[in-house]
Amino acid sequence: MLEIKNLQASVVDIEDSEILRGIDLRVNKGEVHAIMGPNGSGKSTLANVLMGRLDYEVTGGDILLEGKSIVDLPPEQRAHLGMFLAFQYPAEIPGVRPWQFLKAALDARADARGEEKMTVRNFSKLFDEKVEAVGINPQLVKRSLNEGFSGGEKKRNEMLQLEILQPSLAILDETDSGLDVDALRIVAEGVNSMRSPDRSFIIVTHYQRLLNYIRPDVVHILVQGKIMKTGGPELALEVEKDGYRNYLPAGATA
Amino acid sequence: MTNQRTISRESDLSGQEYQWGFVTDVETDIAPKGLSEDIVRLISAKKEEPDWLLEWRLKAYRHWLVQYETENEPSWANIDYPKIDYQDIYYYAAPKSSSQAPKSLDDVDPEMLATFEKLGIPLQERAALAGVAVDAVFDSVSVATTMAKQLGELGIIFCSFSDAVKKHPDLVKKYLGSVVPYTDNFFATLNAAVFSDGSFAYIPPGVRCPIELMTYFRINTEGSGQFERTLIVADKGAYVSYLEGCTAPFRKTHQLHAATVELVALDDSEIKYSTIQNWFPGTPEGEGGVYNFVTKRGRADKNAKISWTQVETGSAITWKYPSVILKGDNSVGEFFSVALANNHQQADTGTKMIHIGKNTKSTIVAKGISAGKGNNTYRGQVQIMPGAENATNHTQCDSLLVGDECGAHTVPYIEVRNPTARLEHEASTSKVSDEQLFYLRARGLSEEEAHHMIITGWSRDVIKELPFEFALEASQLLKVSLEGAVG
Repeated sequence: MLEIKNLQASVVDIEDSEILRGIDLRVNKGEVHAIMGPNGSGKSTLANVLMGRLDYEVTGGDILLEGKSIVDLPPEQRAHLGMFLAFQYPAEIPGVRPWQFLKAALDARADARGEEKMTVRNFSKLFDEKVEAVGINPQLVKRSLNEGFSGGEKKRNEMLQLEILQPSLAILDETDSGLDVDALRIVAEGVNSMRSPDRSFIIVTHYQRLLNYIRPDVVHILVQGKIMKTGGPELALEVEKDGYRNYLPAGATA
Repeated sequence: MTNQRTISRESDLSGQEYQWGFVTDVETDIAPKGLSEDIVRLISAKKEEPDWLLEWRLKAYRHWLVQYETENEPSWANIDYPKIDYQDIYYYAAPKSSSQAPKSLDDVDPEMLATFEKLGIPLQERAALAGVAVDAVFDSVSVATTMAKQLGELGIIFCSFSDAVKKHPDLVKKYLGSVVPYTDNFFATLNAAVFSDGSFAYIPPGVRCPIELMTYFRINTEGSGQFERTLIVADKGAYVSYLEGCTAPFRKTHQLHAATVELVALDDSEIKYSTIQNWFPGTPEGEGGVYNFVTKRGRADKNAKISWTQVETGSAITWKYPSVILKGDNSVGEFFSVALANNHQQADTGTKMIHIGKNTKSTIVAKGISAGKGNNTYRGQVQIMPGAENATNHTQCDSLLVGDECGAHTVPYIEVRNPTARLEHEASTSKVSDEQLFYLRARGLSEEEAHHMIITGWSRDVIKELPFEFALEASQLLKVSLEGAVG
């Protein structure tokens, strides 16, 4: 599904700003990978670079999706290929309703793929179903996208988009941060119900907490822009107990 | 006395600049360039106007001449343009026959048709807008005729200004200049002297006009020239919604436009006036384009309401302040505006709310979008007169910047002469942020679609005030107008 080869990335227009220092990662179809690491390790940068955020520049290495390099593709084309990023800090867009936004996103993807657009009637039905499933306040989705949403509401709104767009590769960037236990459970149930042999997940998280609800196949520890260790679910528990100190250079603190 | 021999016939107006790249060789009676008392008399005579109207025009002309000679052309607006040579303009050109107009849509510039398509203009209206001879547009004409009959049964008068002068002289005489006097300002004075034509509407007491006026009559504005004059009177308890202009990039043969609109809302009546203006903005390099100097004002009597909504995307220069005189107690004035300045466009626009009556209420929502090298200024005045007990105003001014070479300015004037007044003013300036763009693009929208969605969302508070069928067109218009500024 996804193959990352010696990926290096910096902040655009800032010298010596390398954040990713040679990442190798392979995510097979149907797998759930967790990427864990301390603050500032490059976890969120990795998630954003995968989706094509323009603030970062890939300075070396490659990203292959289904065997094809996507490094030079703009974000929208990555979305059309089935990639999805659940944002840590979703942007507020005044005057745009979630309904309208999601319909436009689906239509753009259908256009790009040469598929037929979903009818308004069918989309409305799907939208209402998913709003209920994700547990979003129906009044909220009548308002402007993310505007005045609480942290938890924004995350649920990300999950709503995930459920409707049904991507083949979903990247969750610290979706658990700022969530109470109930919201966490809803996010986890959403992901678990969407797990399938055709869909992969990359879950970026600081804490092990979310992994109590979503059992990953593979766990990676990312520190200072490099993957220091890869293992099974037990690795997350180890981090929970000992923190990241075993992976930091001497003298550094997490 | 009019000297008819001063009229020279020209079959070709190629000496003037046609902004839309396609030329219709309409046969024209055309007077020589320049403004003089003779020209004013000629215009009036050509239109077979009564003496009182000629006198009014002449008074305006003499007043204008003094302003002109003392160089009293307004210069306070935040706009920059070469000095206008008023003696280098044609003040009279009558469209003569439709025989030279395109016979069908097949004869119309394909680029124009492509723009109609993009804007989503209904098929049956495209021909009329493209200047196809009216008698070839059977659908529009029959719809218009049906509607005219229905309006007539309700006692509603809706016709060209010239027709109104002939058929309803008492109404015209009573209200013409009652809100915008001929002495009002340089451009309104010029308009009063030489106005060509425009629309007149009168809604009798207690009648609610059943249609959006203009929606079925867009063709009527065609060819009414560069000095339009519109007068709308809602009698006691009447209601009318009026739409001016449309999203189509109207071919305008003149660079200078100085229009005047007067609204009279008698006791308990309501006038809703919506404008979409998309005249030629000049080339992306800043050449050409329409200079649009407009005076629009309404008077609201007791319990009356006047609402202006405008989407201004065209013209090289926009100088326009639709205003409301809240004369009667409990009267309401509203102004909703989206003004877009792209490339080298300059817009200086806003409103005046003059509170005279008690418990008067005004609302201003002004949104300015600047892109490219565009320059956008909101200029507004809220005036509370001494007798205006308990007057309230809420003003919201938002500016949106697209790119980093454009400008946005807000110039609010507030004058309060009654201590019971309550005024609120909110202002914001924002940019389309990289975060917003990435968020939408990560969901599959192209950069251009993402910009469009952010900008129309941001303009929603104004767009939703437009009559439903035009809201969609207005949204498309913003998209088309921003092409090239993004992506």
